[in-house]
Amino acid sequence: MGTPSVLWNVAKKCFTVGVISLTVSDLFSSIVPVRGASMSPTFNPKTNSLLESLSDDRVLVEKLCLSNYKFSHGDVIVFCSPDNHKEKHIKRIVGLPGDWVGTIYDVVHIPEGHCWVEGDNLASSLDSRSFGPVPLGLVKGRVTHILWPPNRVSSVERKTSRNRVSPS
Amino acid sequence: MGEWSSRVIPIVRGLCLLYVTHKYLGTTVVTYGPSMLPTLGITGNVLLMERISTRTGKLRPGDVVFFRSPENPRRVVCKRLVGMEGDQVTYVVDPKNSDKCNTIVVPKGHVWVEGDNIYNTKDSRNFGAVPYGLVEGKAFWTLLPRRDFGSLAPKPK
Repeated sequence: MGTPSVLWNVAKKCFTVGVISLTVSDLFSSIVPVRGASMSPTFNPKTNSLLESLSDDRVLVEKLCLSNYKFSHGDVIVFCSPDNHKEKHIKRIVGLPGDWVGTIYDVVHIPEGHCWVEGDNLASSLDSRSFGPVPLGLVKGRVTHILWPPNRVSSVERKTSRNRVSPS
Repeated sequence: MGEWSSRVIPIVRGLCLLYVTHKYLGTTVVTYGPSMLPTLGITGNVLLMERISTRTGKLRPGDVVFFRSPENPRRVVCKRLVGMEGDQVTYVVDPKNSDKCNTIVVPKGHVWVEGDNIYNTKDSRNFGAVPYGLVEGKAFWTLLPRRDFGSLAPKPK
C-alpha cells in the first residue's frame, strides 16, 4: 500500500530535479573540469599526473553568450573539437571573423562565422595552429570563473596580444 | 509558501521537459529556400526533426540533415548528407558554367552535404566539409504540404 506510491513520489522528484537541472546547465551555466596543461598558468598551473582528477581546476561556463554568438578577443571558450565531436576543448579566442592572424609560417584570414583559438601555454596546446579556424557554431560556452581549487577562486580575465592579430 | 510552490513547480517542470524534448529528442522545423528542390519546396514545408540519430552516430548518406551554418552560427541549414568521414565524394564544381568534377576524401570528424538543387545551393562545395559537431538533427517526416505527408524522398538522380 505505502511502498509503490513512495517509490513513485521519489521517482517523480528525481525526474523533476533532473529535468530542471539539465535545462539550467544547458541554458545558463554549468561547472566543467579542465583537463590538461594547454591553458597553463591560467588553469592547471601544476600538472600532477598522479592525482589528476582531484586537483584539476573546475570552472564556471556560462551559456547565455550562445544566444547571439558575440565574443570578444581574449574570451576563454569551450568548444567541440572539429576532428572529434565528442571531445570538448577549452582555449582562448585570439581572432574573430575578418581578422588576420599571424602564425609562424604565414598570415591567416579568419573567414565569416569562424574564430581562431589558442591555448595560453603555446608549447603544449593543440589549437587553431593545428586544426585551423573553428566554426563559431561549435562553441558551447564561455568560461567566466574558476571555482576550484579554493585558493585560486577568481574571475577569468580577457587577455589579448596585440602584436599578432590585426582586426578587420 | 507550500501552496505557491506546488503550483509553480509543475509548470517549471513542464517547460523544462519541453526544452529537453526539443534539445535532445526532436522538434518540428519550418524550412524555406530553393536549395532542396524538388524534395522540399521554396516555402511552406514543416518537417519533423529527430536528434537521436545524430547522438548515436546513425546518420547515413542520403539522409536530409539540419546543421548550423559554418558561415553564420545563428542559422540552421537543411541539406542532404552525401558523404561521411573517410568517404570519397565526387562533385561538380560549378554546374552552371562547366562540367568539371572534383574528388575529395571527407576529413575525419566531418561530413559532406549538398543541396538537391545543385544549380541554386550553397553547400559543402562552397564552404567545405562540415564538422560533425555542427549537425543538429535528421529530418524523418514531412507534415506539410499535405501532398508530401510521409517520409522524405530519396536523393533525385
